[in-house]
Amino acid sequence: MIVDSTETTRVTEKDLIDFVTREARLLDELRYDDWLALFAEDGYYWMPLEWQQSDPRLQPSLMYEDRLLLTVRVERLAGARTFSQKPKSRCQHLLQLPQVDEMDAAANVFKTYTPFHYAETRGDEITFYAGWARHTLRLEGGKLKIVLKRVDLVNFDAAFGNIQLFM
Amino acid sequence: MGKYASDPQALKALVKPECVHRDVYIDPDVFQLEMKRLFANTWVYVGHASQIPNPGDYLTTDIGDQPVLASRHGDGSIHVLYNRCPHKGTKIASEPCGNTGKFFRCPYHAWSFKTDGKLLAIPMKKGYEGTGLKQSDASRGLKPVGATHVHRDFIFARLAPEGIGFEDFFGESLTSIDNMVDRSPEGKLVLEGAPLRYMHTCNWKMLVENQTDTCHPMVAHESSAGTAVSVWEREKEKGGPKPMAVELYAPFMSSYDFFEGMGLRVWPNGHGHTGVNTSIHADYSAVPGYFEQMVEAYGEERAKKILGENRHNTVYFPNIMIKGPIQTLRVFKPIAADRTLVESYTFRLVGAPDMLFERTLMYNRFINAPTSIVGHDDLEMYERAQQGLHADGQEWVDIRRLYEPGEAEDVTDLAGGTSERQMRNQFHAWLKFMNAPGDATSGEDSAQDREAAE
Repeated sequence: MIVDSTETTRVTEKDLIDFVTREARLLDELRYDDWLALFAEDGYYWMPLEWQQSDPRLQPSLMYEDRLLLTVRVERLAGARTFSQKPKSRCQHLLQLPQVDEMDAAANVFKTYTPFHYAETRGDEITFYAGWARHTLRLEGGKLKIVLKRVDLVNFDAAFGNIQLFM
Repeated sequence: MGKYASDPQALKALVKPECVHRDVYIDPDVFQLEMKRLFANTWVYVGHASQIPNPGDYLTTDIGDQPVLASRHGDGSIHVLYNRCPHKGTKIASEPCGNTGKFFRCPYHAWSFKTDGKLLAIPMKKGYEGTGLKQSDASRGLKPVGATHVHRDFIFARLAPEGIGFEDFFGESLTSIDNMVDRSPEGKLVLEGAPLRYMHTCNWKMLVENQTDTCHPMVAHESSAGTAVSVWEREKEKGGPKPMAVELYAPFMSSYDFFEGMGLRVWPNGHGHTGVNTSIHADYSAVPGYFEQMVEAYGEERAKKILGENRHNTVYFPNIMIKGPIQTLRVFKPIAADRTLVESYTFRLVGAPDMLFERTLMYNRFINAPTSIVGHDDLEMYERAQQGLHADGQEWVDIRRLYEPGEAEDVTDLAGGTSERQMRNQFHAWLKFMNAPGDATSGEDSAQDREAAE
């Protein structure tokens, strides 16, 4: 990609922090189409299944999904015959202040690290999760886009019930 | 223990050829009997030998509600032992797998045991002189299960000291495991990667039955597989090859006719499989180089025969399912009448291209993960059934699809792919092994007495 560094050098740490917190808010408000639009065309959402996992392809993951698959999930959540969403699930993110791990304007690579607690509820049930979200972002046409959102759960190796939404 | 333990007729009355009473799914007493009888009298999957390749390696699991471990001894043999110190009952191994070195050492009082379970040493042994310890169970070391058998690296155990033999129990059904192993150009599988662990608030048998239920995919999975198909129909205009993901999802939306044509085979003792003639796994894109490797290893005729088998789901009664063409194994672990832990494992075909393992992992997380949209569809149905079964006035669950009066039981036979015959086959076996003698808790230990180390 040709990087217009006059643009990328204007990205501030606050821009990155605002992006991460807004992304969580979109999920909490169930604005899934707006949330999907935050992903780059080649963006992925990844939930590893192993400690400090390095490979999403030849190591098992809970999720490793491109935009096509994320679109399937989002459309499914609204489907008339999506019985596991009758009643619908909702979620809430509690984020620690995101830390900026990398600001490489020349390469157009921006990385953040955000410890979080997450609650997902459906009907009378509510389940709590804790973990770390790592965002790899890129500036495209003046907007930050998600190249990779990696979500590591602290208890990745536990047996879970349904996790239907996005952390 | 309630009425079913003491009343064989009441137990028998739960299963009719074409329907079963709801108590088999919701009654805690029936569940307890399953633990004491069914899971003691049958051969239950323990693990894969590739998980414990070296001396001192062990894995832990449960057979029904019984904690066990499988240990690799110094001579290479595999021993399945109760995971309980004979002294005070402390679990000897606490991790899913590991290496214990030359011996197991109880962390409570340091009684130690060889990796075949035999007692090695007890600290301050003089204190036991003249106490009768040498004649007691406690001196025999870690108690072995009733019987252990390893078939092509798949470890099975029977808790009951007496009962049906391994070959008699599985018979021809082992051809499904064989086909999965033969798909490796080196004839070897390695269990690789952590299992997906998914807690289900339903009875374990609902999951087992669903493995050969071919009338639900196009209905229950319309939301997941159906949406995948419709999104792809729109997106493919942009060009590019059909992604592996769409190849895996789309066949779930196949027609009733397709699933009927897949065919179904039952075997004695509750085993059976869908996908006799073809299956939803038959039409995946070829993985470059793989067929050539198989021809090199087996010759063209045999390679085509191995890869021409497209068995869909093979149920090994009571509680596992394997997918040969995908190289996955699911274990349905009963925890309570309304609680089941599903662990889904992946195998690498030794010597085959990485892309096959990539597909195995992708399939597993698409279908078997707690984050899987297909899994969400299924669990919703199981949960609703677990709750709905409590509705009074209608106490029977129907399993009569394509039933013919006088249908042979406990035989090898073929049926239409949408038949519920495998469910009937499972319940016939269920009753057989729920009534069979050999309750592991009451049987005498018939294993040879072993001398405690002096």
